[in-house]
Amino acid sequence: MDTLSTLLLGFISIVIVNNLVFTKFLGICPYLGVSGRIDMAFGMGLAVTFVVTLSGTLTWLIDHLILMGTPLEVTRYVCFILVIAGAVQLVEMYIRKFFPSLYDSFGIFLPLITTNCAILGLCLFINLWGIDSLLEAVVLSFGAGIGFTMAICIMAGIRENLDLADVPGCLKGAPITLITAGLLAMAFMGFAGMIR
Amino acid sequence: MTNSNVQTARYVQTLIAGLWRENPTLRLLLGMCPTLAVTAAVKPALTMGCSVIFVLVCSNIIVSLMRNLLKPHLRILMFTLTIATFVTIADLFLKAYLPRMSEMLGPYVPLIIVNCIIICRAEACASKNPLFVSIIDAVGMGVGFTVTLCVLAAVRELLSTGKIFEVSLMPNAFVPWAALGMPVGAFITLGLMIGMVNIIAGKKA
Repeated sequence: MDTLSTLLLGFISIVIVNNLVFTKFLGICPYLGVSGRIDMAFGMGLAVTFVVTLSGTLTWLIDHLILMGTPLEVTRYVCFILVIAGAVQLVEMYIRKFFPSLYDSFGIFLPLITTNCAILGLCLFINLWGIDSLLEAVVLSFGAGIGFTMAICIMAGIRENLDLADVPGCLKGAPITLITAGLLAMAFMGFAGMIR
Repeated sequence: MTNSNVQTARYVQTLIAGLWRENPTLRLLLGMCPTLAVTAAVKPALTMGCSVIFVLVCSNIIVSLMRNLLKPHLRILMFTLTIATFVTIADLFLKAYLPRMSEMLGPYVPLIIVNCIIICRAEACASKNPLFVSIIDAVGMGVGFTVTLCVLAAVRELLSTGKIFEVSLMPNAFVPWAALGMPVGAFITLGLMIGMVNIIAGKKA
């Protein structure tokens, strides 16, 4: 029961309270690039969720079973980025085989998941927070993916409406998206202090 | 003589391009995550900028040297590995000599690995150009990034605490605007800054 509540709290905290996009500024690039249409945003979110769960789990295993306590610890970042690149390659091959139309609409953004800061960021945060149970690491990584999906979908919904709004010329595009994200971040600030 | 003049002019142009015309953050919208995350105060912003310059220059040198050996499909992987190595060096250096700063920046130092600016320069410039041009390009881009970071951080630090570098600049009656030190402030300040730059660039053109 105790572990269950820890896991549940951890999950809610990473989805809402410590949302990677709004409080840690991770994954802003795809957030600005892809969040124009809600279906693409959702597909992107799912791809990121899959990659982040896989690489969060794998990097935790590599970190705890191989690297920790040995001089090899200096190669941590290199190992992490290799795992992530491998996971992204896997997803790319899978989507190309089974969802060719989705693959075409992603274009360059799919391989760019490798350089999505949210993924490497999460692996580093798991390391930094000193998470020492595998189950917790898995739940946190999955939650981070869900949080990212939620953020990018909310933003896509807003942006579909924003297209119809009369925005000053100089703020069109990225600036107004950033300002909207700021307002959303303020809304999410209301959750701060709810857990931990 | 004229030939070398043309050459020099080109170098200078490459250098200046990073500062304004192709400023990575404000014009190309690259490397947003660290821009937003470390700009609550000027000091971490400056440290971050210097680390990025170091990594950018080193990785551009290596990529430029091995540009003829690169295989197209393994290109990105090689870039990432090169960058990860230099980021590890920068991270260990900060941990050893500036431990408090390293703690403050936390995971954002290793996150330089996935900073799009560096990969973008490796791909767009260093993998096609000889050594010297690549170095110049890296310095220009790095300095442009650092200046942007510092300006953004200065605005935020001044309005959220009334001080820059521990020096009080605001009159006593000033009420610190705490929200600007938080994520909200980062997003909104950067949004307005890009808007302003758009206005200036629009006037020039």
